[in-house]
Amino acid sequence: MTVLLWVVLPYVAILVFVLGHVWRYRYDKFGWTTRSSELYERRLLRLGSPLFHFGILFVLLGHVGGLLIPEAWTDAAGLSETAYHWIAVVLGTIAGVLTISGMAILIYRRRTVGPVFIATTRNDKLMYLVLAVTILLGLGATFLANVAAGGYDYRHTVSPWFRSVFLLRPDAQLMAHVPVLYQAHALSAMTLFVIWPFTRLVHVLTAPVGYLTRPYIVYRSRTPRPARRGWAS
Amino acid sequence: MRVMAQMAMVMNLDKCIGCHTCSVTCKQTWTNRTGVEYVWFNNVETRPGLGYPRTYEDQEKWRGGWRLNKRGRLTLTAGGRVRKLLSIFANPVMPRLEDYYEPWTYDYATLTTAPLQEHPPVARPKSLITGEDTRITWSANWDDDLGGALEHARGDVVLAKVSEQVRFEFEKTFMFYLPRICEHCLNPSCAASCPSGAIYKRTEDGIVLVDQDKCRGWRMCVTGCPYKKIYFNHRTGKAEKCTFCYPRVEVGLPTVCSETCVGRLRYIGLVLYDADKVLEAACTPDDTGLYEAQRKVFLDPHDPGVQRAAEEAGIPHDWIEAAGRSPVYALISTYKVALPLHPEYRTLPMVWYIPPLSPVVDVVRDTGHDAEDTGNLFAALDALRIPIGYLAELFTAGDPEPVEASLRKLAAMRAYMRDINLGREPNERIPQRVGMSGESMYEMYRLLALAKYDERYVIPAAHAEQAQRLEESVTECSLDYEGGPGMGGSGPFGETSGQPVPVAVENFHVLRERQTSDTAAGRLDRGARVNLLNWDGNGRPDGLFPPRGGDDA
Ligand code: SF4
Ligand code: SF4
Repeated sequence: MTVLLWVVLPYVAILVFVLGHVWRYRYDKFGWTTRSSELYERRLLRLGSPLFHFGILFVLLGHVGGLLIPEAWTDAAGLSETAYHWIAVVLGTIAGVLTISGMAILIYRRRTVGPVFIATTRNDKLMYLVLAVTILLGLGATFLANVAAGGYDYRHTVSPWFRSVFLLRPDAQLMAHVPVLYQAHALSAMTLFVIWPFTRLVHVLTAPVGYLTRPYIVYRSRTPRPARRGWAS
Repeated sequence: MRVMAQMAMVMNLDKCIGCHTCSVTCKQTWTNRTGVEYVWFNNVETRPGLGYPRTYEDQEKWRGGWRLNKRGRLTLTAGGRVRKLLSIFANPVMPRLEDYYEPWTYDYATLTTAPLQEHPPVARPKSLITGEDTRITWSANWDDDLGGALEHARGDVVLAKVSEQVRFEFEKTFMFYLPRICEHCLNPSCAASCPSGAIYKRTEDGIVLVDQDKCRGWRMCVTGCPYKKIYFNHRTGKAEKCTFCYPRVEVGLPTVCSETCVGRLRYIGLVLYDADKVLEAACTPDDTGLYEAQRKVFLDPHDPGVQRAAEEAGIPHDWIEAAGRSPVYALISTYKVALPLHPEYRTLPMVWYIPPLSPVVDVVRDTGHDAEDTGNLFAALDALRIPIGYLAELFTAGDPEPVEASLRKLAAMRAYMRDINLGREPNERIPQRVGMSGESMYEMYRLLALAKYDERYVIPAAHAEQAQRLEESVTECSLDYEGGPGMGGSGPFGETSGQPVPVAVENFHVLRERQTSDTAAGRLDRGARVNLLNWDGNGRPDGLFPPRGGDDA
């Protein structure tokens, strides 16, 4: 069971995530969009969307810091465990609160603004559900472990496991005795990665950072691009 | 010198009768689909008036186009790259649907299905966005023919720039129509605003297009275009714009709006220009210098040096020859009667306008004078500062001189041709007074008044060896669309996933659905959604495939 959850599942998730994106990109470039609903409603979106997006970007940064950077490195940099812990908790809480309040506004908006609700597909609803559960579990785990239970150092268990998966030496035992909320959060996140390529979340992978460096005006020739399937050219 | 060719248009405003045929045929062809109900690639505005979307010319508010920063460098009015990326999660200045209008239809079915009752049944307006009953409060031409005149005309951004007294007189006296399409600018701020780089200018003919496969729906282009000629398709989540009917133009046919124009007032032709000078022209310090500066970017297609450079730049021979016969070049550079719309936006627009003389003629005639006499017309032009001031705000960033010069030529042409038509000796002094010869005035008359089909449209066909497949699609990409999930319905991952469908195919399906469906509006197209993740492989869920025969539609 442990192996199934913490070895098989992660690799399945990674595989689906990567191949799913490749497949979607080839099959469905036209559907690859944010599907913005700003045209329908602007006031709530302008509040909720930046809150959520900036919040989640900070959360992402936090995860990079917490999961990828081994404790040995921060120790070497002279950062004590308590100092690290407090920085993580404070910054994490701020980011978490931003994200959650942004998400609350966005979900409220989705439900109550007529045209936005009509434009919401079942696919979107599923995505919202998994995303919200993942975020809530993550926040819950942090909160309970740190505030109620007096601190839990995931950098001895979850983080090494996470790295072990990517180093192709998965160590399932590391996750076996982790508090259940952390486990639930990880499982829910893996579910999210599995459905990711098939939802509107794909827009994340095409965040337009190239805009910073490309020339303003794009010129393109009418000359045909390499032939696509189904067409002789 | 780097020679490039641009397909461009000139409209002769004197002849526009405001019939909206161009808008309707364009809509029928391109935007008759769900998601773009509110979109008019071609619209006709009554001036003075608010325009569509309302007050789009107020760049303090909408922040479109370019402006010079303190150091004299060209920057996007809405802010540079970093600013754009930071505000990507919610575009701060995107027009709302209300600024265009909420599209609607009528519940016509009640008219025939209502039971016998005392009062005749009415077809209620239904919103195409929500499908619910709606109140109609605005449309793309709500203030047509000065409907609700003063109240709306007062909101006219251009009018606000001319003085109070002038404004009042203007409202009483003048009215004309302004048909607008995308300007296919030489320096398109829409393309510059696109974070994904999906909007591009075609090197061969300068047509500005949105790559539907690369657009991710960031909506920055909507803000970036000062003419508000990029629209967001709220179903597909992608930007769409006027395509200059490139599938037609590539085979030598005029655009749909031009072909169907009742006034036959649109001219299409090639212009050769020096791509190296575009930026310099766009950086002209004075707004009023922009008209001249842009005209200087164009190259004389009769000049052998230009022809050689064009040849070297790979422009085919017949294109260079067509550029020499171009009515657009003639009207802009030879006769200098056509002017650009709002050059102060610094995008170097490529749809130019011949300002209308008819308001002036009307005034002269109404006062009982001879409206075809140069003396009277010139005197009127001098007296009527008002329309000239207004036209100058539209076409030359406020400089009355070029507008006046253009109108004088039109007035002179009227008077000169009357003598000829009445069999009298033509008065050569008339053309001389506006700096033209009798011969070139007659040529201009041919082009403007007779406006023969093959003189109005000089469109060299695209070269097969470099042509895209000439199929009809807003998307400018070749598609394997047969049976594709996007066909008239929805794909599995959103409103329209899969591959884009040629517009004609989508139109066909949508129209058929609309005409045979039981619901008035709204959900009908959206009902056809399916989520593959919820499908266990048994049966055929509704909407997985678009309706096939007439029987299940
Ligand atoms: S007028 Fe057309 S080409 Fe010019 S900025 Fe607007 S959309 Fe772009
Ligand atoms: S079809 Fe021609 S005359 Fe009629 S509104 Fe359009 S441009 Fe004007």
